[in-house]
Amino acid sequence: MPKKLREKLDRLSSKPMVKYGVYLTSVVLFFALILLPPILGIIIKWSAMGKVLGDGELVARILNAMKNSFVIALLVSVLDVAAGIPMAWFITRGRSKWINFLDTLADVPFIVPTAVLGYSLLLFWHKPDGISAFFGGSIVSPGWLLVALLHFTFSYPIVVRVIVGALLDYKIEYEQASRTLGAPPLTTARTVTLGIIKPSLIAAFILAFARSISETGATMMVAGIFENGPVFIQNMKNAVSAQPPQVSQAVYEGSTTLASIILVIVSCLIFAVARILGSRLGVPIKKAWPTLERKLSYSSATLLRNITTLLIFFIIVLIPSLFVALPAFEALSTDALSKALAGVEPWTEYWQSLVLSYSLGAVVTLLNVLIGLPMAIIVARKRLGNLSSTLNMLVDIPIIVPSVALGVSLRFFWKETLAFIPDIWLLIFAHLAITYPYLVRSMSAAIERIGIELEEASRTLGAKPLGVFRTIIFPLTKYSMFSGAIMVFTRSVSETGATLAVTQLKTAPVVLVGWVKGKVVATSLEIGLGCGFLILISFIILLALRLVVRGKGRY
Amino acid sequence: MPDVRLVNVTKKFGKIVAVDNVSLHIYDKEYFSLLGPSGCGKTTLLRLIAGLIQPDEGEIYIGDRLVNDVPPEDRDIGFVFQTFALFPHMTAWNNVTYGPRVKGFDVRKAETIGHEVLEMVRLHERLDAFPNELSGGMMQRIAVARALAAGAKLLLLDEPLGQLDAKVRNELRYEIRRMTKDLELTAIHVTHDQSEAMAISDRIAVMKKGKILQVGTPQELYINPQSIFVAHFIGESNFLEGYVSNISGKTTIIELRGGIKVQAVNNKGVKGGEKVLLAIRPEIFTVEKGKKEDKNAILGRIERVTFEGTNVRYEIRLKNQDLIVIVKPSLTGEWFNMGEEVTVSFPTEKAHVFKYPDVGLKEEIAVE
Repeated sequence: MPKKLREKLDRLSSKPMVKYGVYLTSVVLFFALILLPPILGIIIKWSAMGKVLGDGELVARILNAMKNSFVIALLVSVLDVAAGIPMAWFITRGRSKWINFLDTLADVPFIVPTAVLGYSLLLFWHKPDGISAFFGGSIVSPGWLLVALLHFTFSYPIVVRVIVGALLDYKIEYEQASRTLGAPPLTTARTVTLGIIKPSLIAAFILAFARSISETGATMMVAGIFENGPVFIQNMKNAVSAQPPQVSQAVYEGSTTLASIILVIVSCLIFAVARILGSRLGVPIKKAWPTLERKLSYSSATLLRNITTLLIFFIIVLIPSLFVALPAFEALSTDALSKALAGVEPWTEYWQSLVLSYSLGAVVTLLNVLIGLPMAIIVARKRLGNLSSTLNMLVDIPIIVPSVALGVSLRFFWKETLAFIPDIWLLIFAHLAITYPYLVRSMSAAIERIGIELEEASRTLGAKPLGVFRTIIFPLTKYSMFSGAIMVFTRSVSETGATLAVTQLKTAPVVLVGWVKGKVVATSLEIGLGCGFLILISFIILLALRLVVRGKGRY
Repeated sequence: MPDVRLVNVTKKFGKIVAVDNVSLHIYDKEYFSLLGPSGCGKTTLLRLIAGLIQPDEGEIYIGDRLVNDVPPEDRDIGFVFQTFALFPHMTAWNNVTYGPRVKGFDVRKAETIGHEVLEMVRLHERLDAFPNELSGGMMQRIAVARALAAGAKLLLLDEPLGQLDAKVRNELRYEIRRMTKDLELTAIHVTHDQSEAMAISDRIAVMKKGKILQVGTPQELYINPQSIFVAHFIGESNFLEGYVSNISGKTTIIELRGGIKVQAVNNKGVKGGEKVLLAIRPEIFTVEKGKKEDKNAILGRIERVTFEGTNVRYEIRLKNQDLIVIVKPSLTGEWFNMGEEVTVSFPTEKAHVFKYPDVGLKEEIAVE
């Protein structure tokens, strides 16, 4: 940036009107684009629910789908946290030189688009070429168990990442103090470490729960006839779009509104209960079993724990996530690759969708940084007084709304208020809403970790507010910003449910869902190759970003 | 009974040798301090004794037991951390009774111990408070009570008073010593504050760059330092450069800069003609107005006078341009004014002669 322009912007930033103008614009955009549209979208269609409530069969179907959603989400979140703790422990406390490699591997399911992940799991657990080959039949057929396995897999990296972060930030002195007081390692972990990082465990639980409740695209791949909330909404959407329509527009609107409201309200209640009860729920620190816990702390018990942890990771998470790559390799030795590169059907649509996905991801990431950064500062530094605390709570709401419900209500809202709005903007708004909390959360946490005295020191040395950001906050938080941006980008590229609900535009995950569901004729080699391209390109982009900041921090 | 023996203990962190071939014997029921500047290896040594880190070489004994491979929870120690390390998710009471509980004591016994140690640290209020609701002094009392409640006979204290303000620090240091003596504990106290170490220790080990330079009682270290660093680090010393011009029995004649000849006791084996440093404590000097002729008398002029309450501190430029510092009691002695000509002198037996260090004086006494 030219020096003169920089100085001018610095000077401008010290004017209260400009400073608060930026903050208020950020708040207004948050309400106008992210928070209110999906809520108003539901409210607009509030009356439509009346047409559904009288239909006992439909209501029962909705309630059953809701029950399925919450049971799966609860089960998966608890199991994810239970499996994530020993893995995070292994990563942070392990001394092997392979730990960093393992740490990176733990991120892999996060970079695989969820729709592809769903297909990969379907191949691994169900199709004859997968693990079933060893057992002479399908191990896990599409249905609730495969959905649970899928949700466990895609939530696992998030949970591990959150707990690893908590364990890295945690002061090791507490553990040392406990050991010097006579507690063996297991007692120490149970009574001290887990107690102290409990807020992070709750956060991990909530994130896993929210992801499970809101995931649509991948779930549809493996659900079979099983129906949870998001799958129900998608099925209703398919039914109303069918030729001829299988349900009326009114039933579609009423049932999806009802399902969305139940999902949002019950999710909010569960999160509130998790936060309130979680803070009161103590690990049993008043009781210790010295002899037993000492035995379980050392040698064979520790080895067994580590082996179990790694087996769960490799067999349930990593290998099923990457299994889709196998047909892709097979496709390389056939003419499928040349056809794909030549762009013959069905690849023309695929390449266009890939361009759309990555362009959309880039635009959404950029917009998120622009809108989300001031919000992160407002939240972290309480720049707007009491309003900051309220905003702090509201920021999380988009993450708990099921993506397909969010897409449906966004479409209701924008098409009712601005009918002429292009679909691409609807798509951008939907992805913006879904990904916004990831960037704001990672940035606000990073800013909170920087002592306010550093900012004050910078100001007393003559820096203007923008200068403080440029020279102090940004250099110290850029890895968190990369981290947030990567989460936003990958989440946008892999998002399926909201995309399907909000628009007819086809992103890569939507095209792949169509192939898998047989809406477009594609062979298994082509599906594998399509998934492989998506994983490969995502991996290359992430690797390139990693190399940009190589050796200077982890994100 | 927990005496502690270290035999040739070495600990390296990468290429840095934090503890360098240290051998040490800390006696049962002794209050022992490890004293030295930041980065000298004193905390590393304490953590080696606690089992929080393992030595690369050497042996560590607690009592008669070799504990190199014994985990910290089985060493029967109490450890007080510089940052207190009170468990933030537990109340003060739960912190204190944590040790007895994890050792499997029944609830009643754990509570009895809890009350006993709280009585000892004189803290019975705010036991339901969490650590972040307590003052620094309270947190430190809880930290000490917690370490004592574990029932250990060996108490390890890592700069336990470092985070407290001066007034509380002064009170607590005597209390900690009193408690360890009442309970007949062996205590090893790490500090960089020489006045703290001098005030409470039975013996002190002075450390520098991973090595122990001298072990002794506070008086021994102060009166008879065995190295320039100890003379500088324990208390305060004036260093005057010179050459040995003559040795007669125990007495050494030293020629300072400007041809000034003084006498000192040669107990460090310096040789004739050798470059030496003369170390003299500030309070040893006698000061008289005007020019006087006496043994070890040097003429000088007062450059600065600082009133410090108990003492008055004079900076005096000697006639050979060396600058010395002299400290005199403020209420009982004679006062001198800035610019005044004075004669300073010192008793021969209280001046220490050291061979001039090869690395130079500045490097020799550097604390970083």
